[in-house]
Amino acid sequence: MLCGTILGAKRGAFAVLLFLLLVALGLPLLSGGRGGLGVFAGPSVGFLLGFPVAAFVAGWVMERTTLPPLTAAMAGAVIGGIGVLYPFGIAGMALVLDLSLTEASYLAFAFLPGDLVKAVLAGLVTQAIARARPGALLSRG
Amino acid sequence: MLTLTSPVETPFHRLPAGGKLAALAGFTLLLFATDALPLLGAALALVAALHLFGGAAFLAHGARLLRPLWPFAAVVFLWHLWRGEVLAGLAILIRLSAAVAAANLVTMTTRLSDMLPVLERLARPLAPLLPPARLALAIALVIRFIPVLSDRVAQIRMAFAARSPRRPGWRMLPPAALAALDDADHVAEALRARGGAG
Repeated sequence: MLCGTILGAKRGAFAVLLFLLLVALGLPLLSGGRGGLGVFAGPSVGFLLGFPVAAFVAGWVMERTTLPPLTAAMAGAVIGGIGVLYPFGIAGMALVLDLSLTEASYLAFAFLPGDLVKAVLAGLVTQAIARARPGALLSRG
Repeated sequence: MLTLTSPVETPFHRLPAGGKLAALAGFTLLLFATDALPLLGAALALVAALHLFGGAAFLAHGARLLRPLWPFAAVVFLWHLWRGEVLAGLAILIRLSAAVAAANLVTMTTRLSDMLPVLERLARPLAPLLPPARLALAIALVIRFIPVLSDRVAQIRMAFAARSPRRPGWRMLPPAALAALDDADHVAEALRARGGAG
């Protein structure tokens, strides 16, 4: 979420792609020190593949609105990091765990509260960056 | 430790990385193509047996890497139990563990230095869009800056601990993000001063 709201659509998506590449190469960069090819065979593969798209959409929202950074980043994080990311994640879980899409969506609800908190945090951090280093907020060039 | 490669030397460390990746891709495709319980069980046993080449500690480490799967496994199994399709649930669990364990096995037995040439070969068709030198620089920079950034975060955490008995929590994020952006600016400036990224 942060990648998109700070770096903007294109840079954010590329940054996440590079990150995923390194995870696949075997660096333990994901939460809890996970990494390696195993995570791409696990149930969260859909979320991983959706990350770059989510960052792109979050950045795009940030670039296109004229809202102040806090609300724009929160909106971007919710639209990109939940609205766009979850369909990817749900499809991935349905495929890997052999569930129907409806069943997989119930499973995704478990992540919703945490991700809403993260969206608010993404907004707060983006606002802090906008105040401290306005020039570094590449999503608002 | 900055890599998931196992320090335990196994015979697989010496196999070519490209071959291992191709074998893994084939194995995973087969796993997802079948629903037959005996076949899936055999596949899982095969993966476990391959781990044994590295000894008991290697096998235990491999098993530990599967731990993040537990919550998913529990939910799926209970769901199938409730619907009375225990066998189907079991098949899913075995397939999942076999696929993830096999992928982890490749990661554990392949050094980053062996993995990079494969990536280079795969990235060659992209050369007109993405010069390989630039991709290599980007990867090298990320690898170099992971320890730098984790040092920064540790510094910020100590500074916070000096001021407050509370846990820093999310308050770490803005200064850490600022530090990362500033470092990135300095590196970009230094690269430009030396002739750019090529």
